[in-house]
Amino acid sequence: MEKTLLEMKDIEKQFPGVHALKKCYFGLREGEIHALVGENGAGKSTLMNILTGCIPFDSGDIFLSGEKQNFTTPKQAQEAGISMVHQELNLMDNLTVAQNIFIGRESKGLFVNDDLINERAKKLFERLNFHIDPKEKVGKLSVSHQQIVEIAKAISYNAKIIVFDEPSATLTSKEITQLFKIMKELRESGVSMIYISHRMDEIKRISDRVTVMRDGEYIGTKDSSVVEIDEVIQMMVGRVIYEEHKKISLIEKNTPVVLKADNYKSMDVKNVSFELYKGEILGFAGLIGAGRTELARLIFGADPKESGDLYLNGEKVDISSPYKAVVHGLGYLSEDRKRYGVVLGMSIANNIVLSKLKNYISRLFINENKIKKTAEEYVEMIDIRTPSTNQLVKSLSGGNQQKVIIAKWLLNNSDVLIFDEPTRGIDVGAKSEIYKIINDLAAKGKSIILISSELPEIIRMCDRVLVMYEGEHTATLMADDINQKTIMKYATKQ
Amino acid sequence: MEKSKDRGIRRFVEKIKDGIQQVPILKNIGMQKVLAFGALIIIYIFFAILGRNFTSSSTTLNILASSYYVGFLAIGVTFIIITGGIDLSLGALMMCSALVGGKLYRDMGVPLWIALIVMILFAVLVGLINGLMVTKLKLPPFIATLGTMMVCLGLGSIITNTSSKYFPTILESDGWFGRVFFKSANGFPLGAVYLVAFYLIAFIILNKTKIGRYIFAIGSNEEAVRLSGIKVDLWKTLAYVISGVGVGVGSILYAATYTVVIPNTGNGIELQAIAAVVIGGTSLSGGVGSLTGTMIGVFIMSILKTGLISMSLPAPYQTFFTGLVVIGAVLLDVYRNKKANQLKKI
Repeated sequence: MEKTLLEMKDIEKQFPGVHALKKCYFGLREGEIHALVGENGAGKSTLMNILTGCIPFDSGDIFLSGEKQNFTTPKQAQEAGISMVHQELNLMDNLTVAQNIFIGRESKGLFVNDDLINERAKKLFERLNFHIDPKEKVGKLSVSHQQIVEIAKAISYNAKIIVFDEPSATLTSKEITQLFKIMKELRESGVSMIYISHRMDEIKRISDRVTVMRDGEYIGTKDSSVVEIDEVIQMMVGRVIYEEHKKISLIEKNTPVVLKADNYKSMDVKNVSFELYKGEILGFAGLIGAGRTELARLIFGADPKESGDLYLNGEKVDISSPYKAVVHGLGYLSEDRKRYGVVLGMSIANNIVLSKLKNYISRLFINENKIKKTAEEYVEMIDIRTPSTNQLVKSLSGGNQQKVIIAKWLLNNSDVLIFDEPTRGIDVGAKSEIYKIINDLAAKGKSIILISSELPEIIRMCDRVLVMYEGEHTATLMADDINQKTIMKYATKQ
Repeated sequence: MEKSKDRGIRRFVEKIKDGIQQVPILKNIGMQKVLAFGALIIIYIFFAILGRNFTSSSTTLNILASSYYVGFLAIGVTFIIITGGIDLSLGALMMCSALVGGKLYRDMGVPLWIALIVMILFAVLVGLINGLMVTKLKLPPFIATLGTMMVCLGLGSIITNTSSKYFPTILESDGWFGRVFFKSANGFPLGAVYLVAFYLIAFIILNKTKIGRYIFAIGSNEEAVRLSGIKVDLWKTLAYVISGVGVGVGSILYAATYTVVIPNTGNGIELQAIAAVVIGGTSLSGGVGSLTGTMIGVFIMSILKTGLISMSLPAPYQTFFTGLVVIGAVLLDVYRNKKANQLKKI
């Protein structure tokens, strides 16, 4: 039990513009379940991807059973007995379940034998007690079943070490219970596991020890049975990041309704209605696949809807395209900033004025001076950290990119702003600045919809919270009901 | 109004799909292939009614004869397209390879059978180079093969001094060439036989071996394949090599059929091949595709060609209608993908 199986020492990793891992340490004992926690961007996934040979590292040493290792491909790590359940689903949609699980291990010869791997997959699922048809195409499975296929695949390698990268984010509570049972059985048979999670309650439930990372650094390792959860959180956060505590709902009786959505329905959203008040921050909470982003996109006219009426300031409006949404004063800040939010290869100034360019044209030509003036104004107002407005957005940090997008929508005079995961992948400092901007906007009378998978963010920021579960609107919570337990209750519909 | 029309089409597509699901044999074939096959039959019946002597055996032989060199390219490029790539060099490469063979045979006195082997090796080599440029040098397939297309076009002219190269007809010495690769004694187009054989071998490779499995997997999610510890570069390169084999055999059959190979031609044949692949339901975004579909696509195009001639309409009509068929086929593909994406999100 006490024998050290794996040690990672002084691991260094630089990504362009980000120092992802700084002299990072990690130690794993034989036959333990070891939780690895830290905030988004702390470097947990990066460290594990290095361990499994998926990405190269700059310097440092990895010792497995005392022997120095240098994995450069996932195959080498697999051969050394390390497999990983990836966070982003790493499956091939057009292949069947069995073909996915046994990819690379079909047979020794040239020909593949689907009957054989179907049989092996069936036995594997029987052993794990999950009911999935090995012949089904993976693309047709639900997200949680896809996650189970990933888990089955990792287990099927008969590895000595299995890394689970946040598997519980997409599983139902029944499936999580089943997963934990399997993990305990694997531990009995001598397998060591690393379990990355955001859910604090799971540390006590499943792990023997817990290691905390923060900003790419190793903070410490504790015995799960004795450590207090508050202590772990303290280690994760390090410093108090945002002083403003949860506010009491500001909505008074005669606050006007700015936006009213009535009976919105599509493939992913089931008859959702809600109201948004002036100056309010309304949270959309739920697990991945709950339909929060889908609902926001319907309201913004980005996807076709089956039904749904939208009222702005009491008047019915037709929003069937993002163009119309923008004209009516709606703004949408996508969760995938780099793809939908900014033009990376253009300057800050040009990004800010992009959707209002027609106001910056004098006699056919673009008036660069006028653009620069506006851009400087906004850079100052929301504190975008940059030497000049000519800087390419590409070179900014995630937090500052997010601010450029906010500036763009502010210039548009949007009254309703939809923030979709505004702090994903942003470091802790910039996070609190984004929170401050959102709060200031609300104080100035803008109405805000905040979609977030991080419950602390929802709890800290929102006046009211709309909770969704598989496309259904399960609750609207206010005041004291906005807490982790109540939100999770409705988000899992228990 | 727009909305309800859109929904109507979708419902119609859905209904056909349900119908297909209920017939057990059709269940595993897939909807686009069934539609493509239906289109093939409808087009054939159309010309059978309106064309002159369309159902005669000589027209049938013409349909077969005009299908095969495009067929070889189309089968090969299906592998590449399933990996998510594309190959624009096929047509130019086929001609270049034929010119290389012609040069060796006519000007340098190399025995014909050796020249033929060199033709295949040359096409395979260029396929390999395409594959390595895509996998090792990380060039986008469009750019890499656009480059080799132009290189092949130029090279064919350079080595032959822009003079045409002649292969032996049945009546000349080395007449076995025509009898083996062009027409049998009773006038049957042998190219069609080789095409079917090539199709069967390719079918087995794509559906029954590791090679095919990995090619589908790479087109589905390349990163996932890499993380599963598979040598992505190797299998992807192999797709380009397989395509090279198709081009090589195609160049021999082209030489046997037309006997004269003119430098600086061949451009555009690759687009016909790609059109056939797309009509057959292979998705240009990779991961989905079928060789049976490709064969149906090839025959739709050759029936169009022969049929329009039998209606006394000149060649440009063929290009025109093929264009319409391609657009129609891709429209269906788009609708189908939309539906699949919606299903996936649940």
